[in-house]
Amino acid sequence: MKLRVGFFCLLIILLTTSSVFAETQNFYQFQTAQQEQRFEFLTKQFRCLVCQNESLAESNALLAQDLRQQIYQMVNRGFSDVEIKNYLVERYSDYILFSPPFNQKTILLWLSPLILFIIGITIMVLMIRQGEKQ
Amino acid sequence: MITKNFKFILPLSIFVALLIFFWFGLSGAHPPLPSNLIDKSLPHFVLPDLLDDTKVVDTHLFHGQVSLLTVWASWCLECQAEQPFLLRLARDKQVNLYGLNYRDDRTDALNWLKQYGNPFAAIGFDDTGETAIDLGVYGTPETFLIDKKGVVRYRVIGSLTDSIWQTKLNPLITELKNEKWIQSSSSFLNQVQDKL
Repeated sequence: MKLRVGFFCLLIILLTTSSVFAETQNFYQFQTAQQEQRFEFLTKQFRCLVCQNESLAESNALLAQDLRQQIYQMVNRGFSDVEIKNYLVERYSDYILFSPPFNQKTILLWLSPLILFIIGITIMVLMIRQGEKQ
Repeated sequence: MITKNFKFILPLSIFVALLIFFWFGLSGAHPPLPSNLIDKSLPHFVLPDLLDDTKVVDTHLFHGQVSLLTVWASWCLECQAEQPFLLRLARDKQVNLYGLNYRDDRTDALNWLKQYGNPFAAIGFDDTGETAIDLGVYGTPETFLIDKKGVVRYRVIGSLTDSIWQTKLNPLITELKNEKWIQSSSSFLNQVQDKL
């Protein structure tokens, strides 16, 4: 009895929550499947500056719509991924990239988890040693 | 005794530090992004004049004067708030004011100006938003400060207030007005071309 109730609850949960994967689709037409893949990949790489936790693929904001349109046109016209990225970064700075570039400015950002980990291990070792002495 | 307190205080202070970071980080408030155009020339554009579709607004007009370019739209609520201040600025003639009408309907925009006033010497009509993208605009209202050479020197995100004017813009504008600008032959030719 409990198993059946549990099963139905699970079924209802799965059916209702699977619709959460909605993405805004403008149904752009592409000449090749590869172009379409590139478009999907690219629009997920860039941040929507209006809703800053969302990518250009997900966001409904006006700017996101316009930038998707821009990326679509550039993909269609044969611009490379690097050219499209440069186009956006030139106008909106590195902040539009979800993944910050690895350079002099961002080296601390990239290495800080490693540094913190080393500090944590060091503290742990020291405390264990201190515990052993007592 | 000291080490016992240390073992208690260290995790607690790390927790408090994290609490503070999360409080600010999750608040949803976004600090204004600095413009990537600062100290670069304003990207050249030629747009139809909102008020007179036989005319155009060309960025060459910025050469030789200190200007503000405000990005606005009739559907932008915050833009209404800055109109009284912009009208005052226009009346006091301290700086040249230009507008960029962003992703708007011409009729709606014209009606909005009738209702809230028009402080702008000229307004470019950017209905596709392509020019705004070239300027790195990500929301309205935004205002760019442009020097005599056509170089962007500052960007205000959000409505232009008296406080921002006093603390950031006015001192910079005073400085920029004192900059010498010698009209080069190429920019002279461009201006002559526009008038023909």
